[in-house]
Amino acid sequence: MRYKSQKVAYWFFGLCMLLLSLQLVYGFIMAFAHMGFDNLHAIIPFNTARAVHTNLLVVWLLSGFMGAAYYIIPEEAENELVSVKLAYVQLISLALVGVIAIIGYHFNYWEGRKFLEIPRPLDWLVVINVLTFLGLILVTLFKGKKQTTTSLVLTMGLVFAALLYLPGMIWFDNQTMDSFFRWWVVHLWVEGVWELIMGGILAYLLIKITGVDREVIEKWLYVIVGLTFISGILGTGHHYYYIGVGKIWLIIGGIFSALEPLAFLAMALFAISMYRKGEKKHPNKIALSWTLGTAITSFVGAGLLGLAHTLPQVNMYTHGTLVTAMHGHLAFWGAYGMIVFAIISYTLPNLTGRKLYDSFTGLLAFWLSTIGMLGMTVAFGVAGVTQVYLERKVGLEFGDVQTELQVHFFILICCATMFSTGIGLYIYDFIKYGRPNDEALIEQSL
Amino acid sequence: MLSKSQARAFFLGGTIITFVIFLGLSWNSLSNEVPKQTHVENLTAQVVQGKHIWESNNCMGCHTILGEGAYYAPELTKVYERRGEGYIKTVLTSKTPWSPRGRKMVAYGFSEQEANDMIAFLKWIGETDLNGFPPKPNLKK
Ligand code: HEM
Ligand code: HEM
Ligand SMILES: [Fe+2]
Repeated sequence: MRYKSQKVAYWFFGLCMLLLSLQLVYGFIMAFAHMGFDNLHAIIPFNTARAVHTNLLVVWLLSGFMGAAYYIIPEEAENELVSVKLAYVQLISLALVGVIAIIGYHFNYWEGRKFLEIPRPLDWLVVINVLTFLGLILVTLFKGKKQTTTSLVLTMGLVFAALLYLPGMIWFDNQTMDSFFRWWVVHLWVEGVWELIMGGILAYLLIKITGVDREVIEKWLYVIVGLTFISGILGTGHHYYYIGVGKIWLIIGGIFSALEPLAFLAMALFAISMYRKGEKKHPNKIALSWTLGTAITSFVGAGLLGLAHTLPQVNMYTHGTLVTAMHGHLAFWGAYGMIVFAIISYTLPNLTGRKLYDSFTGLLAFWLSTIGMLGMTVAFGVAGVTQVYLERKVGLEFGDVQTELQVHFFILICCATMFSTGIGLYIYDFIKYGRPNDEALIEQSL
Repeated sequence: MLSKSQARAFFLGGTIITFVIFLGLSWNSLSNEVPKQTHVENLTAQVVQGKHIWESNNCMGCHTILGEGAYYAPELTKVYERRGEGYIKTVLTSKTPWSPRGRKMVAYGFSEQEANDMIAFLKWIGETDLNGFPPKPNLKK
């Protein structure tokens, strides 16, 4: 750490750990409900658990991205954050909005629009919060000495993510229109601008960890984000096949979304080849595992498992089944969960001054959570394919099919337990690091 | 070999071109296709009221509609055609959780009026032209 103000990142990462733990609790509630044990129905019905699970996910990922930006931007721009106080205000208000929304979901205060359940009055608070964050980042960046490609790509991703939140705030009377613009947020986030954020953080980590020349890394960063947008923007069409818009999207969406895995493939190859090329062997093995892990797992979860159901002929049958949940888990975890874990693992020793570079619990956390999540993906996948076959091909009743699937949710719970153990160990390490402090300041950051 | 400025041009150019095409296609869909495929002439105040009830209770948190939502309860786009009005009304007005095969639905206990609004919404959405979704089970004997 070279700038005192970078310390604020720590608290955003702490918020991540907290919200993630809660998210998992609600995941278990749903998995048990699927298995036939919906005992909490009267207090936490399934739709409450689900809204909490997915919204906590989004909030902790955003908190992680923000923490990453507060750490990376001062260092890249060579400038202290312009106002640390405002950053803390922003952190607390982010936590508050999140908590209010989540409490509201337990009292029927929401808007039933998948992933965008936050009621519109609260949306305005989100907007103010994000504007504060962006203001801080932009002023710090442009008043700083340098505007590197890495910091520009990261910032661009954050600015676009904020802009794309807006189409989700418009009111529509027509369900098809509602869905059409909901995807401008959801799809263009995860298969567009969030990839810029991921790419920016990944490039930063590779520069630090492998020691490969910045110019080389940043050149490939442009290629990756270029591939992302060229395929991802028109790839939005894969959500427009069957919602009441024209057949042109079957062709456009089919072709361009089938190209989307290229961006993830490029990201994986990029990380691996920079690692092999790099001369510097950074001692932080844990950060290295998460960095390579995110690049590879995102290709599998988002790229390959996305491709598996993105062609219209396949999607006709899998659309809106557990197959989607299978892909959703490994994609979100591999691409965005793991990149946040990577940056946390890289920054913690620098923020706190404790060099737990190679701890056994740290490596165990990586493997347990990664293998656990792969197992969950298989469980969702087997359940999903069975559902598609019995319900959409054979024509059995929804409910009869679900009864057949209960056993797969038992397996899901086993794998989720393994995953959660990994997360538990990670949080244990996180706490063991202790607080960030100024003694960790050094001239030349590692 | 590719230079950094060429890589940047690839990124910016590709983004702008695909984004413009995307906006054009979206414009065409919203102004020409949606009105026809969703029969906007049937989008009455009652349907809109039904959609409001749909949203304010987060029905999508268990069910899917247009294939979007959660995977805990049945897809409802064609439920009007599949079950008919009487069945749907019974479910919506029930004061105890509707639970075929043990899986429970929240007991909303809607009024007659609210149930009718919801049914109007479900009827309207059932008539949308979805390019063939949901598929007809083709292995059924
Ligand atoms: C990190 C990137 C990605 C994440 C986090 C992600 C996550 C998700 C999630 C959560 C859904 C469910 C959305 C909903 O129903 O509201 C979804 C749907 C879908 N994703 Fe992805 N995805 C990613 C990348 C991709 C890629 C690269 C492809 C294609 C190659 C893809 C193909 C699809 C398709 C076809 C659906 C629709 C499924 C359906 O019809 O029910 N995804 N994705
Ligand atoms: C203890 C671990 C977890 C369990 C048991 C679990 C379980 C579940 C269940 C049962 C659903 C609902 C599917 C339905 O609608 O029927 C769900 C949805 C979802 N979960 Fe998890 N989950 C866990 C962890 C995670 C993690 C770590 C992530 C992301 C990194 C995640 C992301 C999601 C997403 C994006 C959805 C929505 C999927 C869709 O709509 O297609 N979950 N989860
Ligand atoms: Fe998508």
